[in-house]
Amino acid sequence: MSIAARTTGIGLGGEGAAGAPSVPHEFSEIVQKRVIVGYGFWIFLLSDIIMFSAFFATYAVLVNETAGGPSGRDLFHLNIVAFETAFLLLSSFTCGVASIGARARRDGMYYGAMAVTALFGAGFLFLEVHEFVGMIAIGAGPQRSAFLSAFFTLVGCHGLHVTLGLMWLLTMMAQVFAKGYRHDILRRILCFALFWHTLDIIWVAIFTVVYLLGMAV
Amino acid sequence: MSDTDARLDLHGASDHAPGDEPTSGHEIAEGLLGYIVGLFLAALITAVAFFISGTSLVWQPSIPVALLVLAVAQMGVHLVFFLHITTGPDNYNNVLALAFGVLIVGLIIVGSMWIMTNMNHNMIPMNMMHM
Repeated sequence: MSIAARTTGIGLGGEGAAGAPSVPHEFSEIVQKRVIVGYGFWIFLLSDIIMFSAFFATYAVLVNETAGGPSGRDLFHLNIVAFETAFLLLSSFTCGVASIGARARRDGMYYGAMAVTALFGAGFLFLEVHEFVGMIAIGAGPQRSAFLSAFFTLVGCHGLHVTLGLMWLLTMMAQVFAKGYRHDILRRILCFALFWHTLDIIWVAIFTVVYLLGMAV
Repeated sequence: MSDTDARLDLHGASDHAPGDEPTSGHEIAEGLLGYIVGLFLAALITAVAFFISGTSLVWQPSIPVALLVLAVAQMGVHLVFFLHITTGPDNYNNVLALAFGVLIVGLIIVGSMWIMTNMNHNMIPMNMMHM
């Protein structure tokens, strides 16, 4: 059976009923919907990763084209990058705690972990903006060289994703507050958690390729 | 709302969504343990990567290769412990989509670098253009 026919089957609840006879029909439909929404969002995230791969390829091609300007070695501060990495990794962890809390319907666990995630995300953004402003202040803005254009595009695009994720995070806190742990809200939380974890995966590639390799090579 | 409806049981599904744990969804301690293991491994790999990027203890040309290997390892840790992408039969669709994504990413990055390196190589050097 093709994947399309298979997912359609799941959408109608036909296969779920056959695969798990002990589960009530209405209930299995809720689970199947969660699987389809999660899968669809996973496809979107993979396409987002493919978009990032184009930025990575651009960066890798242009990394040495500094046009006589500063290179990564002159501009990067690894201690700032270490803090950014720690913030994002910890926020990914607390985001996982929040999704457990949401599924278990524990208010304290959900709101607390989401708030901590937001704080770490905001801390990450603060450090990134601080770094960008510092670079532009010494004349190393995106218009200085092809290397810097590629750098600001790649890292800035990730920062933009984190900003959007932060807004989504606050929206999910407000939605649970206003509407409770409804199944559609839980599906949105699933998608948000996937988004946030994926941003951390992309950051792993950024701190390795841009910062660590930029300092090492 | 009935009692069974109150919590989302993921056992009954023939597939499971990326991000959902493969085990029963409502064992808090069990779910937490996975994230703690993931956090520990990811932090360890990150610390090693930051350490070897600045060290003179290892042979210098090996550093970029080691950093790339560590990055791939850490992405694997994130995929398994945070996104719960596993090799289980309920995860075929997620893994296949991921495999296709990785293929395209590889084509874009390797292909771009390959072509651009060749073009750079074949270009007339700037100082020879005016001769």
